[in-house]
Amino acid sequence: MTTLQAKQASKSGAVHGGAGHNDADDGFSDLHPAYSTLQAMAESNRCLYCYDAPCVTACPTSIDIPSFIRKISTGNPDGAAKTILSANIMGGTCARACPTEVLCEEACVRNVAEDTAVEIGSLQRYAVDHLMARDLPHPFKRAPKTGKTIAVVGAGPAGLSCAHRAAMLGHDVVVFEAKPKPGGLNEYGLAAYKMTNDFAQREVEFLLGIGGIEIEYNKALGKDINLADLKAKYDAVFVGVGLGSTNDLGLKGEDFPGVDDAINFIEKLRQTEPKSDMPVGNNVIVIGGGNTAIDAAVQAKRLGAEEVTLVYRRGPENMSATEFEQDLAKTNGVVVRYWAKPVAIKANGKLMGMEFEKTELDASGKLVGTGETFEVRADQILKAIGQKIKTDDLAGMEITGGKIVVDKNYQTTAPGVFAGGDCIKSGEDLTVQSVEDGKQAAIAIDAFLKTA
Amino acid sequence: MADLSCKIAGIDSLNPFWLASAPPTDKKYNVVRAFEAGWGGVVWKTLGIDPPVVNVSSRYGAHHDQNRRLLGINNIELISDRPLATNLQEIRECRKEYPDHVIIGSMMAPIEERAWKDLAQQIAESGVHGLELNLGCPHGMCERGMGSAIGQVPEMVEQVTRWVKDAVDIPVFTKLTPNITNILWSAEAALKGGADAVSLINTVNSIISVDIDNMVPEPVVDGKGTHGGYCGSAVKPIALNMVAEIARTPETRDLEISGIGGITTWKDAVEFMALGSNAVQVCTAAMIYGFRVVDDLIDGMSQWMDDKGYTSVEQFTRAAVPQVSDWNELNMNFDTKAVINPDNCIECGRCHIACEDTSHQAITMTDKPEGGRLFEVVDEECVGCNLCYHICPVPDCITMEPVKTDKPPMTWPEHPLNPMRVAAE
Repeated sequence: MTTLQAKQASKSGAVHGGAGHNDADDGFSDLHPAYSTLQAMAESNRCLYCYDAPCVTACPTSIDIPSFIRKISTGNPDGAAKTILSANIMGGTCARACPTEVLCEEACVRNVAEDTAVEIGSLQRYAVDHLMARDLPHPFKRAPKTGKTIAVVGAGPAGLSCAHRAAMLGHDVVVFEAKPKPGGLNEYGLAAYKMTNDFAQREVEFLLGIGGIEIEYNKALGKDINLADLKAKYDAVFVGVGLGSTNDLGLKGEDFPGVDDAINFIEKLRQTEPKSDMPVGNNVIVIGGGNTAIDAAVQAKRLGAEEVTLVYRRGPENMSATEFEQDLAKTNGVVVRYWAKPVAIKANGKLMGMEFEKTELDASGKLVGTGETFEVRADQILKAIGQKIKTDDLAGMEITGGKIVVDKNYQTTAPGVFAGGDCIKSGEDLTVQSVEDGKQAAIAIDAFLKTA
Repeated sequence: MADLSCKIAGIDSLNPFWLASAPPTDKKYNVVRAFEAGWGGVVWKTLGIDPPVVNVSSRYGAHHDQNRRLLGINNIELISDRPLATNLQEIRECRKEYPDHVIIGSMMAPIEERAWKDLAQQIAESGVHGLELNLGCPHGMCERGMGSAIGQVPEMVEQVTRWVKDAVDIPVFTKLTPNITNILWSAEAALKGGADAVSLINTVNSIISVDIDNMVPEPVVDGKGTHGGYCGSAVKPIALNMVAEIARTPETRDLEISGIGGITTWKDAVEFMALGSNAVQVCTAAMIYGFRVVDDLIDGMSQWMDDKGYTSVEQFTRAAVPQVSDWNELNMNFDTKAVINPDNCIECGRCHIACEDTSHQAITMTDKPEGGRLFEVVDEECVGCNLCYHICPVPDCITMEPVKTDKPPMTWPEHPLNPMRVAAE
């Protein structure tokens, strides 16, 4: 974690961490406030303009980071934004939501030189926000029309990135989205304090400025549309459905009122305005060790929950949430308990709490229960133990390990059907990976259509 | 703490740091603040014949780096725009109140004997320790036949210096302009005219930047701009060379030198003195940071002297002059190679790309088995140019190591490949 982030995180914690906080809306302002021009100038000048820079290699979308930072330092922020967006059309969201501390900023050579990375995420946000605030014509031009039409299923980061690149390459695109709004995870799945000021919607609007993309809302795959029809009607299909279903604990009482998926909680909170209208328990348990678990726990705390306990079955080093995220939970007053697994949901007419069994690694390194148990009281339990694909909608495509199988060209086992994002196994389940999947799939589809 | 007192042109000074003739020395208020801050002396802003000149608005342009630090300033301000009598009265007061501090009167007049002599005598009567002849201003005054219009003509430099020397019996500093092809011509002229010392450099003629929204050179005066005098740390290399040229040339080496030009730190001052200055003058650094910068100038030089065992400034004054040579006197058999310390390397790759694109393809970049990149110098290709050494962001990561050769020193005139070679025998 960089010093600036630590400062901001602890500041947020100090302001919003108090129990019984009754002004919940304050807790959802920007986690990392936007840079001023002076801050951007000072920080951009810390960049060493490395050759073949390690930060570029560390970014799934391979943004030319030294070039865009240099453009900021010379007073060319809009040029910087174009450099970013040419590799990652959702550079605005990624600047806000990417775990930069384990991607580009972890690779920054300033970590070696000074123990503090260049704040690449904040600089990226500065550049993209600068361009988007100017209401200029869309920065990219479409290639001459190819006459081909592509169906994209899912208006999340993968689908929209694919649509944008395909449109740029001259194809026409129709996007089918199950929900009433576009953005996918960006709109529904990220913590509110990471995506303030309706940014997800503004970004989609900006992205659609390329032209040639239509979006049809409330069209769910397997319900309102099906793959066979799409294949018949369009020249190619891209599936970017994300992970539509969540894992269960496998415990009795999981359907009890007050027990919910963390992603539902986050989604509801994102769609609630003002945030203080969102109901939250007094004692909340969050189960899981990923960023979703942290997002849910921190937001529950900021909504005014008296006690939030995050329980993870292994140790901090095993959590998929980054160190920064873990620190964010702690500085927001979340109690984190490691090495414990849920064994029973306690209810007595209403939700009472949960029983956990302590865990450890046995001699062979396998996670086992120790037999020792403890209870945590709760009137709300949020599960964040992983998501999975809704397999019944995807007939004709091979699924392995809960993910759609694709070849190196993002083509599924169904010819002419491509896939990307969280529903395939490409890298971490991150917006930035989905954007890369969508972009590369569009390039592959373009090649496919040329030979078809 | 080392003794920083010094003597130049026969004038004793508490330390070698004087404020140069410029806005910071235009009136008693500033000069008092400067003396209180620790400056050893001031050269009062250039005095002219009444009626006083009239200045324009704005007056300064700036050369920034990308962090908005000032590398240089240029200005289109003229000489003091206050009545001569006011300035002279304030000089008298300062002399009385600060008897241990040096005040030099800078002056400028049209190229007429009477004008120079009268003005010099009036200023001398105010009690100044010496006079400095402003023959360098490259803007405004030169268009009226003064400043660099005089300084660029060696005969006029000699003439003016002689007029003033004849008129007064206090030391005379002839201030030289860098806006000429060879500083030695004017230095020699000053010497011939009887100057006790030369002051250099005055500002460099410049257009510092252009307002590209309105397409006007800066500083902008109601929609128009003009060339101005460039100063600040950016001009230091130009000044150092001119100082060294005067100090190392037999015809001019006896001139004492008041070094001026971008002196910002104590180290800059040491460099000026090592190359021939008996004392230095500072302006831009004070304009950027205030008079308090003299604290570092004094303290830094003193610490350095203690470290090196110098007990007086004379001990290092001109110490680098013998090592300043003509290119033809350099040893062509001397060789250095870059050495990269992998333990200090942060793997930014800049040495590689600079050498690869713009030099001798002498630094390779390979992937390390354990991850990361290894940068290595190819000795056969490395010409020891120093580029990688200079651009490396990590101090001491790249060093230049002399190559052991058994070859005796050889200069270009002796070199076998020199078609004009003079036979040694």
